[in-house]
Amino acid sequence: MKTVRNLAALSGGALVALLPGLALAAGDLGQTQQQATNWHAIVMFVLFVGLTLAITYWAAKHTRTASDFYAAGGGITGFQNGLAIAGDYMSAASFLGISALVYGSGFDGLIYSVGWLVGWPIILFLIAERLRNLGKYTFADVASYRLQQTPVRTFAATGSLVVVIFYLIGQMVGAGQLIKLLFGLDYLYAVIIVGVLMIVYVTFGGMKATTWVQIIKACLLLFGATFIALAVLFKFGFSFEALFAKAVEVHPKHGAIMSPGTLVSNPIEAISLAMALMFGTAGLPHILMRFFTVPDAKAARKSVFFATSFIGYFYILTFIIGFGAIVLVGGHAEYLDATGKALRGGANMAAVHLAHAVGGDLFLGFISAVAFATILAVVSGLTLAGASAISHDLYANVFFRGRSNEQTEVMVSKMASLGLGIIAVILGIIFEKQNVAYMVGLTFAIAASTNFPVLIMSMYWSGLTTRGAVTGGFIGLAAAIILTVLGPTVWVDVLHNPTAIFPMKYPAIFSMPLAFLATWLFSVLDSSESAVREKQAFEAQLLRSETGLGAEGASAH
Amino acid sequence: MSKQLSFDKIKSHPKYAELISKRSNLAWSLAALMLVIYYGFILVIAFAPQFLAIPLSAGSVTTIGLPIGVGVILSAIVLTGIYVYRANTEFDELTRDLIEEAK
Repeated sequence: MKTVRNLAALSGGALVALLPGLALAAGDLGQTQQQATNWHAIVMFVLFVGLTLAITYWAAKHTRTASDFYAAGGGITGFQNGLAIAGDYMSAASFLGISALVYGSGFDGLIYSVGWLVGWPIILFLIAERLRNLGKYTFADVASYRLQQTPVRTFAATGSLVVVIFYLIGQMVGAGQLIKLLFGLDYLYAVIIVGVLMIVYVTFGGMKATTWVQIIKACLLLFGATFIALAVLFKFGFSFEALFAKAVEVHPKHGAIMSPGTLVSNPIEAISLAMALMFGTAGLPHILMRFFTVPDAKAARKSVFFATSFIGYFYILTFIIGFGAIVLVGGHAEYLDATGKALRGGANMAAVHLAHAVGGDLFLGFISAVAFATILAVVSGLTLAGASAISHDLYANVFFRGRSNEQTEVMVSKMASLGLGIIAVILGIIFEKQNVAYMVGLTFAIAASTNFPVLIMSMYWSGLTTRGAVTGGFIGLAAAIILTVLGPTVWVDVLHNPTAIFPMKYPAIFSMPLAFLATWLFSVLDSSESAVREKQAFEAQLLRSETGLGAEGASAH
Repeated sequence: MSKQLSFDKIKSHPKYAELISKRSNLAWSLAALMLVIYYGFILVIAFAPQFLAIPLSAGSVTTIGLPIGVGVILSAIVLTGIYVYRANTEFDELTRDLIEEAK
């Protein structure tokens, strides 16, 4: 199994085996074996689907306007949005993948968790409230605020759609593999079930249904992970030292699991990955979109605080779960395959087997159902973000230049959700046997090199012009894609060439500064009349972004 | 009162400059602190991993790497907490006063 091989590569001292771990941590679960049908899991999953469909029915009755559809009418509180963001961001693969990484390598798993978290403070300090004050439904609203609508929205919608499609492929393939593994369902059925449910949630319930699916999923996942972690600690009298001592005793690598291993041995790659994770998070369209669901900047800030707390807490839990699995799953014959060395069902099963070890069949079913629910929540958010880029940015503002009717715009958005759902299922089927390990790294590199530079410069730099934003953004997009394709993850691992043309797995350390540089250069060289007007318009934009005066749906001051 | 007039009044109001400078000082300082903490952690792992392997106390298997790693996670939560607290009290109050006085 590929995941096992990946972990073996990691622990075997590969120079920089970051990507397999990254893939584990966020999307790709590799090829998995189909397991016996898990009825506990299926019953609990059906309950979850029943509940979320009831919510979708309720949400559909209360979704009338474009604002309801894209932004849940701006009626989500900071706390709810924080939970929904956490639900959007904590993927099944990060739960299973990080705990598996801890199970295999101990401390190294913690390095990952940290990388996935530190983008959030940056979003809060530099982006969240300005985004809320300037935008309406998509981050393109902000990027194009004082620039020419047609080119900038076309660019931003392209950036959003590329990120959404790549992310969806990773999620769909991961979903199919995971469901095959946990539920014993065929890959094809699994992918179709995910596709159909996400289309139903998004098309009928819009942002309201998507938000509540994410909130419920976040609560279930946090509850399940807390239960496992407490059960593990209970067995050791709530003494971390006792847990770690036992883990060191039974783990094949013994004391080495308590300190950094081989995960970060090339500092440049490590920093490049760190940049992609940190700034890519701030360029993910489905995450940025969540800031328009709250009534004002105050709630937007609160939602980041709650999201950071929940996500940070969750990553600490996965660390305890990984160590719990070392002690309670590793070395227990019932959880191992025929060789007695690897985990039954693959390395990613560490947390799932641990759920069984501490809670029996019923809790195993619960955790499996939660993993399925988790995928649904993530793909729904992605689909909605992609649909809004098509309907709000391309259809309403590029083709109809803001003169389209709101009802048609919502209709187009629903059609777009349907279309994206179908495309996601088809891509999920096409990529079933493909190595999609590079997909998550690519997604974050693109988000960090395309959406993030243009968004941040549109908010902070008065000198930005349309030409600079569009040229710089597309250069960043091209650089991230080309360097990833020429790098080891695609050129060697997927296309089977002997050596990579570009030596690094993570291009962000080059592509992101390049995007900033190009955006700056093409802006300062732009002396057109429109550029002069755009620079002058910055002051009014700054005033709105700082004070919230004139912000969409803002409470009257 | 026309929108434009109130915009001009806000722009020239001393509290507007105060708001912008206070907020940007806090935001950029906290962002810089987060970057230093995180990239510092990565650089220690890359160049001095043995430092993180030092036992927490004599004879314990727990290394100082663990509280440091968890500390980086907690620092992210604490820094966002500090920003949200100041922005939702001090800066929002300043904004309210500014808009009120510029009417």
